Amino acid sequence: MEVKLINLTKVFSKKEGDVCAVDHINITIPTGKLVGLLGPSGCGKSTTLYMIAGLHRPTEGEIYFGENEVSKFPPEKRGIGLVFQNYALYPHLTVRQNIMFPLENKKMPKQEAAEKAEEYANLVGIGDLMDRKPSQLSGGQQQRVAIARALVKEPEVLLLDEPLSNLDARLRLQTREEIKRIQKETGVTTIFVTHDQEEAMSISDEIVVMNFGVVHQIGKPQDVYNEPIDMFVAKFLGTPPINIIPAHMEKDKICFFDETFKEKADIDAKDGDELSIGIRPEFVQVDEKGKYQIHVEMVEYIGRDKSIIFKFKGGEQTFKAIVPSTLEVLPDTDIRINFTRFFIFDSEGKRLI
Amino acid sequence: MSEFNKTEMPTEIDNEVEKENFFIKIKNFFVSKVSNKKSQKNQMLEWKKDGWKAIVSLAPALLILLVFTFYPIIKTFIVSFFPSYNYQTDAFGQFGFDSYATVLQDTTFWRAMGNTALMVIVSVPLSIIIALLITVLLNSIKRLQGVYQVIFFLPYVTNGIAFGLVFATIFSPMDYGLINSLLNLVGISSVHWTGTAYTIPYWAGIFVITVYAIWNGLAFKILVFLSGLQGIDKQYYQAAQVDATPKWRVFTKITVPLLSPMILYITITSLIGAFKSYSSIVALFGEDMGNGLDETFITAVGYIYKYFNSVTSGGNAELLSVASAAALILFVFIMIITLFQMWANKRKVHY
Ligand SMILES: Nc1ncnc2c1ncn2[C@@H]1O[C@H](COP(=O)(O)OP(=O)(O)O)[C@@H](O)[C@H]1O
Ligand SMILES: [Mg+2]
Repeated sequence: MEVKLINLTKVFSKKEGDVCAVDHINITIPTGKLVGLLGPSGCGKSTTLYMIAGLHRPTEGEIYFGENEVSKFPPEKRGIGLVFQNYALYPHLTVRQNIMFPLENKKMPKQEAAEKAEEYANLVGIGDLMDRKPSQLSGGQQQRVAIARALVKEPEVLLLDEPLSNLDARLRLQTREEIKRIQKETGVTTIFVTHDQEEAMSISDEIVVMNFGVVHQIGKPQDVYNEPIDMFVAKFLGTPPINIIPAHMEKDKICFFDETFKEKADIDAKDGDELSIGIRPEFVQVDEKGKYQIHVEMVEYIGRDKSIIFKFKGGEQTFKAIVPSTLEVLPDTDIRINFTRFFIFDSEGKRLI
Repeated sequence: MSEFNKTEMPTEIDNEVEKENFFIKIKNFFVSKVSNKKSQKNQMLEWKKDGWKAIVSLAPALLILLVFTFYPIIKTFIVSFFPSYNYQTDAFGQFGFDSYATVLQDTTFWRAMGNTALMVIVSVPLSIIIALLITVLLNSIKRLQGVYQVIFFLPYVTNGIAFGLVFATIFSPMDYGLINSLLNLVGISSVHWTGTAYTIPYWAGIFVITVYAIWNGLAFKILVFLSGLQGIDKQYYQAAQVDATPKWRVFTKITVPLLSPMILYITITSLIGAFKSYSSIVALFGEDMGNGLDETFITAVGYIYKYFNSVTSGGNAELLSVASAAALILFVFIMIITLFQMWANKRKVHY
């Protein structure tokens, strides 16, 4: 089912003043897709999710499930499955009882409910743990139980709030593949909240990048990564993060430190304007005939690649480049480089090129 | 009214003691669960180091316990098996089970046990269920929650005599009593609810005892339940809501199990309290615990006191053995219930 958020807004009124947690966001989540809601902690992701679930009442705006406007519906009328950040499994019930709980609410016959529970437990790979209590399970197993409990009532929309944040790094990788598989198998429209850009990029059909309650960009992960709409998105996606080089206009030229970046800039900026040049670490290419001379401060081996920490002529700030590990680079030497790509942002962070 | 005041004292003292012990009890109950598991090793080390210090600091308390608790318990145990034990001369006489025979053949004893059982079986579960329901309602109120909480806790911090006076006014046997006025309004004649000067119908007496027991313990129970309820993660309720869980099911399948440690604690303390009920009966029906002829509302502890009093006020000095035997029988009952509770604890309580 398609989920559509129109001008969705949430203002929390507190003693210290109002907090606008979600600010007029517009998102369309296509049927059967997995959309990642991505942004730093406190940017309003959970609030958005809880509004879709019906646990928070929107201050303004509409939520459509297919043709139906549901923003006045209570949670139980929305037919969604929700997986909480810390799973919220009932500690006194076994895995089986936890998964059967939503079905028993619907007064489904015991036999049928037990079979359904079994089916979904097997789908998420916990079929052999049915008689354990949540406290006897690992984090990853608990997480699967939570997903099974959310899926067993066969919801049209599945909502996941940072479901992997309580797992260790390795389990996180494994479980996110698992979630992707389950989503594909069931075809349920899924909204996945995370602050981990790598996680969102790897799992989502589409990502929505948010900050301070505002949506910055929506698109396919690779498209958003390749063509960020502004400096926030460019900085938020990618590890190691993008290099932001402070620059300025000199007449028609774009300059940084002692270098001239562009002789004739075809951008909407005048003499003296502050700019930023965004260079992803992999945009740096070592080249004997390169345009810029850099001083290599440090070289780090990171598995397949090599990372170079360097400075430009006339600047003290360090930057990072990723180069193939076969390349011979020594610390404390001067080498020449080129940029294969670049972004240019204005002083507000809006992307110009 | 006046006789009610006179006999109110024991209740009041009871309440004070309970209040003082309350926080210590609660703390021990919950802290022991956690610390037992975590720091056994540390405790062992500290024991060796601080062993002497601990013994010295515990000595006064231990001494008091020995003299006023352990010694009487052991003495009671022994005396119950010496039917002709003489209270004044401390002469034991012949060993035998005659005191037990006397107690078990006494119809008054069985009436006392029956009344006590009624309190244990009726008023304890009823008071716990009522307290639970009120707590859940209190917790679900969004506006003015604090105000309502204060209203329910007021009785708890109120002087016992004031509490008794209010109760006496409500259940006064006279026509101006609150309940009687209401009954008169709808054309029913007054009922002798309390007091010593009348014959009180059995059902009326039991009703008043039950209401008193429920009301008296309500604030404390709500306090414990409310603190427990506020410790439950709100996400369980949100998860239940998303899954369209009916309200009653939320209560029975989520709230009650997650409150089970508090429910267990309250059940044990209320059961023991009900087994020991005496002062409230005296407050309501006078020291004869009934109309003086048949001690209609006598309780197990009341029965023990009756024999004990008859000895100390110059009666047959040998009846002390009978009182001891009755005390021991009551002890065995409480013991069985407690063991049952501990067994249930293992099976049904979720920490
Ligand atoms: N129940 C609430 N009451 C008041 N403020 C809230 C509440 N929930 C969230 N907020 C505020 O709204 C903002 C967004 O929170 P949240 O949606 O939880 O962020 P995220 O999930 O992206 O980390 C934060 O500033 C947070 O403090
Ligand atoms: Mg969150």
